[in-house]
Amino acid sequence: MFGKLSLDSIPFHEPIIMVTAVAIGIIGALIVGLITYYRKWGYLWTEWVTSIDHKKIGVMYFLVALVMLIRGFADAIMMRTQQAIAAGGAEGYLPPEHYDQIFTAHGVIMIFFVAMPMVIGLMNLVVPLQIGARDVAFPFMNNLSFWLFAVGVILVNMSLVIGEFAKTGWLAYAPLSELKYSPGVGVDYWIWALQISGIGTTLTGINFFVTILKMRTKGMSLFRMPIFTWTALCTNVLIILSFPILTVTIALLTLDRYLGMHFFTNDMGGSQMMYVNLIWAWGHPEVYILILPAFGVFSEVIATFTKKRLFGYKTMVWATVVIAFLSFTVWLHHFFTMGAGADVNSFFGIATMIIAIPTGVKIFNWLFTMYRGRIQFTTPVLWTIGFIITFTLGGMTGVMLAVPGANFVLHNTLFVIAHFHNVIIGGVVFGMMAGFTYWFPKAFGFTLSEKWGKRSFWCWLIGFYVAFMPLYALSFFGAMRRMQSYEQTEWQPLMIVAWFGAVIIACGIACIVIQLVVSIRDREKNRDLTGDPWDGRTLEWSTSSPPPNYNFAYLPDVASIDSYWEMKQQPGGFKRELATKFEDIHMPRNTAEGPILSLFALLFGFALIWHIWWLAGLGAIGMFVTFMFRIFNNDTDYHVSAAEVEKTEREYHKRLEMQA
Amino acid sequence: MQAANRLLQGRKAFLHWGREMRKRNSLKYLSVMTWLTAPLLLSGCGSALMDPTGEIGQGLKSLIITAFGLMLIVVIPVIVMTILFAWKYRGTNLAAKYTPNWEHSNIIEVFVWAIPCVIIFFLAILTWQTSHSYDPHKPIASEEETMTIDAISLDWKWLFIYPDEGIATINELAIPVDTPVHFRVTSGTVMNSFMIPTLGSQIYAMAGMDNDVYLEGNEIGTFRGRSTQYSGEGFSEMLFDTHVTSDADFQAWVDKIKQSPNTMMFPEDYEQIAEPSIAHPVEYFSQVSPDFYGDLINSYKASHGGSDSHGEQNEARESSMPMSAQAAE
Repeated sequence: MFGKLSLDSIPFHEPIIMVTAVAIGIIGALIVGLITYYRKWGYLWTEWVTSIDHKKIGVMYFLVALVMLIRGFADAIMMRTQQAIAAGGAEGYLPPEHYDQIFTAHGVIMIFFVAMPMVIGLMNLVVPLQIGARDVAFPFMNNLSFWLFAVGVILVNMSLVIGEFAKTGWLAYAPLSELKYSPGVGVDYWIWALQISGIGTTLTGINFFVTILKMRTKGMSLFRMPIFTWTALCTNVLIILSFPILTVTIALLTLDRYLGMHFFTNDMGGSQMMYVNLIWAWGHPEVYILILPAFGVFSEVIATFTKKRLFGYKTMVWATVVIAFLSFTVWLHHFFTMGAGADVNSFFGIATMIIAIPTGVKIFNWLFTMYRGRIQFTTPVLWTIGFIITFTLGGMTGVMLAVPGANFVLHNTLFVIAHFHNVIIGGVVFGMMAGFTYWFPKAFGFTLSEKWGKRSFWCWLIGFYVAFMPLYALSFFGAMRRMQSYEQTEWQPLMIVAWFGAVIIACGIACIVIQLVVSIRDREKNRDLTGDPWDGRTLEWSTSSPPPNYNFAYLPDVASIDSYWEMKQQPGGFKRELATKFEDIHMPRNTAEGPILSLFALLFGFALIWHIWWLAGLGAIGMFVTFMFRIFNNDTDYHVSAAEVEKTEREYHKRLEMQA
Repeated sequence: MQAANRLLQGRKAFLHWGREMRKRNSLKYLSVMTWLTAPLLLSGCGSALMDPTGEIGQGLKSLIITAFGLMLIVVIPVIVMTILFAWKYRGTNLAAKYTPNWEHSNIIEVFVWAIPCVIIFFLAILTWQTSHSYDPHKPIASEEETMTIDAISLDWKWLFIYPDEGIATINELAIPVDTPVHFRVTSGTVMNSFMIPTLGSQIYAMAGMDNDVYLEGNEIGTFRGRSTQYSGEGFSEMLFDTHVTSDADFQAWVDKIKQSPNTMMFPEDYEQIAEPSIAHPVEYFSQVSPDFYGDLINSYKASHGGSDSHGEQNEARESSMPMSAQAAE
């Protein structure tokens, strides 16, 4: 009846997990209680859950990402604590059984459920506004993407309490992830969480690719697009090209595990090397999917806060395109030690280094944007400057790893861990935090506390160096990644330093939470009615904050790069004047089909993990029926009447005048 | 035995950790000076990669340092410029020049493309050359005859076979000093990576695949080797000692192993030893079946399961992993 699932699947004997579960239960109950008490279920359902508004979907992505950041960081601090203790024969407090799940979960969560939703969340919030569109090309699909992603999040979190998570490392290398070596449900959780959320990501890629190509406002040629939109375009091309590889790879592993096939097994002609090649053919473009939009954020931030045009716009665009292209030619550098010949290794090593050229050019262009500017040291600028220095160091260690000879001794050591945290924290996290602070007022109409934002930045920056520089050092002593314990007591001091660094980062995360709380409390004080708190350059700042659901009462005309800035430079400046005549605006309707389809996807995934075949069937039928329902549903759009638009716009202008 | 003791100690260690920290020389552990100076030790003793004992390792060390130095040519100016520009063009410094519409300069464009291109050009040449000269598959030129050792990764231990001497060991390796060694590397389980950090390069061990790496020890001593590729529960303790010895000591070591009553025949003895075990004690085998290494690789090419013992392995894994065993039923 319940497949492999029974009461024994819940690890009652694990105090850490049980306490966490109880805490999650209490917090969950509290939230449910509050929503019920304030009668907000209806509001949640109509305004958020069923919303197809790209801005709200963007906010939901980012909110989930912040929650998962805390979950992923809890894993991180547990690992650092274990390694700070388990020296010289000490076993620490986490047995391998538990430790192996934690480092797997940490990697999976941070990449798929923190970095990805931050990137996609920002794209959702910003891209349609930057190109002067009223929504994305496929609004329903956008809602569905979010909820499929949420299914992945729910499955990963369920694995904490029901059963176990994979003990394979975040990429679940075969044959370790094959049934023979991982008979538990952990790998199945990994499979279905990634498969379902991955399909959501692919849909997002298609959605934004079409949106950027087809929905730009009048006059916005490709080479007038804001640089963040350019990076988003390249990222979505990468998503479209690479995520299907992940889908297929996971599908083949699924066939191995569920139907006894032999794609990646040791025997019967299976090829583990094929698995490793396939997973990195997706995995390497994936890191560029994360970093390119971060580059875009830095470009926007640095131009805005130096009050100066971005240096070398065209160079920036071409550098981004070249990086996107090259990202598909370097995957083998993740396994030089597999035993390929010297020619093959050299090719991939040199291809990897070539990526350093356009990346270096980008760095110089940011520097020359600062050159002869008037830099305002706001929080986003601090993140940007911290990024330039940190990412340059990370790029350097990346090129060192790309030399196959050096890689033969550095591979699998803590050097690799230090390197990719150097670029992911220094690049993606710093970029997303810069973007978060920069565009928050656009989403909510008030700015975030600068004080707490800056505190967060300094904690992250210092914490990063204290946590990861020791790992570079330890790698030279032969310290490997994924060690649950180690013999050498002389490594322990540096491990304790690294632990301390993680604690400083924890303070950085706490500062973000405090920043949110304080800023919401003081929202009236920090209210921005103009919609343009930073004296911005691109179209998103020309509309009100938060923008009305139709974004622009009239679609703007664009005549240059930094079009909004140019409008403000016109004689007389840009006036937020009320239009004299309004038109009906065609908008998509909210829909419950996305969350309902995803609910069935959740049942489907959960049932397959536990081999509850009848429930899997139910889930599949449910998804199909919902999908059919959507297809035959013709009531998917409506018109906001001119009168209603006028009313909204008048109210906004009344508030503007009152403030003036 | 030693390993078993370590495990026992480990269980108690956590409870007594705080007390132990005080009991041991706490200054040694907590002194800020230790932390600050630790990275400096890189150039000194104890650092496997920066104080190598094999020729390959020495070559790779200088390669790492050269690549590092080359990149500093661009990294240091970038960091200096970042801090300098940020300071000079701060918003409050109204004396600094301000050119809000300046967005292009051919000269700067040429430089920002040319400098990285030149550095990467030299790095690419270095990469091409060293990828070939340090190709793990490339035999080491030497007056001494190259010796062959088979390294087989199992759950979670290393089986070493000396085909010429007809002996085998678990978790212990001895090689004569200044003699090139051809390690043939494969796996009887999941993917692992064979590495003796002070000697040099690592290479993946994969079931059904015949991989190899050439290494040479140029200093007498005992060095730790391990799997670097995470392979499951016992991965952290998948360690072995490598004794680099004089020729005479090596011969004595071989003779000692030949005294052992145990044998390593494929597949009978192999199936037993392939059972998962953690921190397996050192074992010696005085006799080995003629083409053990080839037989093992070929067993994966045969039909389902071949002659290996994966069925039993599976059960053993389940019993050694309480959670997965529960989850499976």
